Amino acid sequence: MGVAALFLRDLRLVWRRPGDVAVVLAFFVVATVLFPLGIGPESNLLARIAAGVLWAAALFASMLSLDRLFAADYEDGSLDLLLLAPWPLELLALAKCAAHWVVTGLPLALLAPLLGVAFGLDDSSLGVLALTLLVGTPALSLIGGLAAALTLGARRSGALLALLALPLCVPTLIFGASAIEATATGESFVVHLAILAALALVSLATLPWAIAAALRQAGE
Amino acid sequence: MAALHFLANPARFRRFSQRVLPALWIVTALALAIGLYWGLVIAPPDYQQGDTVRIMFLHVPTASLSMAGYLLLAALGASLLVWRHPLAALMARATAPVGATYAAVCLITGSLWGRPMWGTYWVWDARLTSYLLLFFLYLGHIALSRAYDDSERGDRAAAILAVVGAINVPIIKFSVDWWNTLHQPESILRLGGPTIDPSLLWPLLWMMGAMALLFVALVLLRTETEIDRRRLEIAENED
Repeated sequence: MGVAALFLRDLRLVWRRPGDVAVVLAFFVVATVLFPLGIGPESNLLARIAAGVLWAAALFASMLSLDRLFAADYEDGSLDLLLLAPWPLELLALAKCAAHWVVTGLPLALLAPLLGVAFGLDDSSLGVLALTLLVGTPALSLIGGLAAALTLGARRSGALLALLALPLCVPTLIFGASAIEATATGESFVVHLAILAALALVSLATLPWAIAAALRQAGE
Repeated sequence: MAALHFLANPARFRRFSQRVLPALWIVTALALAIGLYWGLVIAPPDYQQGDTVRIMFLHVPTASLSMAGYLLLAALGASLLVWRHPLAALMARATAPVGATYAAVCLITGSLWGRPMWGTYWVWDARLTSYLLLFFLYLGHIALSRAYDDSERGDRAAAILAVVGAINVPIIKFSVDWWNTLHQPESILRLGGPTIDPSLLWPLLWMMGAMALLFVALVLLRTETEIDRRRLEIAENED
């Protein structure tokens, strides 16, 4: 099936050039490390801001990796073939976003608890941090995928992509960070996580159509 | 609906708007003059807020109109995507900067009001934050529609963004409300809602109408300019 083939192709492309993913993860680590350096090493304060800092850094890291999501296909003509392919473009767009999530969202979710330790988060918060990133980053990949598709061939597309995607990512950021904060103050994180999952599912159900529409008008 | 399709032809629309616009400017100027005099001079100062309440006469209309402007932008985007009305693209291009300016005026007047009333220019109040995000959505739309050498591509990309953005506006609003109540439940720094005195309510409603007229007049004027600009572009490409 073409959709699976496209998904595997994108993974294989990354596998053959792992440096691209490594750069994004390194950016995530370096960006988070700057906060203690800027704010000061006081551990209470760091534990208090850890959720927001890690989530915002994860958001920036996934935006950073998105500008190449469709751009390479657009430049070498693969996108035209995808537009002509007999499979629904919505599914193909979804396959590409899923591949993006596997190579950025998933590693970010696995890496974040390690950085959380450095920020002095307690054990239960670390688990919730990984869980929220696991649930929330698919929404980021889809929203960013839409922004990437809209900015294909635009001038200054990288900065434009961030300007388009970041306001739309605000709900995800809010509920991702608030779930961790709720855990830290001893409340239940389930409500926040459920809303986060709802946001991800709404993105999953709607954004592939928008991405496909954007890709079609880019291919015209 | 038939009238809308009739006006969807840019040349026809331009003739129509050139006929309407001069009268509309006069009505708008009169309405604004009356509204401002009513609000700034005749209306009594508030018993608690004093004269700072007069900022409301600019603040509240720009707030509702910038929100309505984004809905208009989404409707124009949808009609461009569905019917490919060429005028919808030009009008969206004309609407976005006006809406962004209204949102900016709303934020600026809000912070000027906040300084004497709350003691600070900016609080991370849910309402303020969601208007800030609305302003960013406008900026994204403006930047995207002008980011292509082929302006029709920019129009279509911006149309998709406007539709997705309009679906997201209530979600953003809801999540920002939630976010704020989670962090600082005590700071419900809001006016008394609908319990506003008629002596202030009537000038406010009047100003709402006047600012709406100004919005429409600006959009019509800018649409005319966009039609001319597009004609020049086409003429240049032919040479």
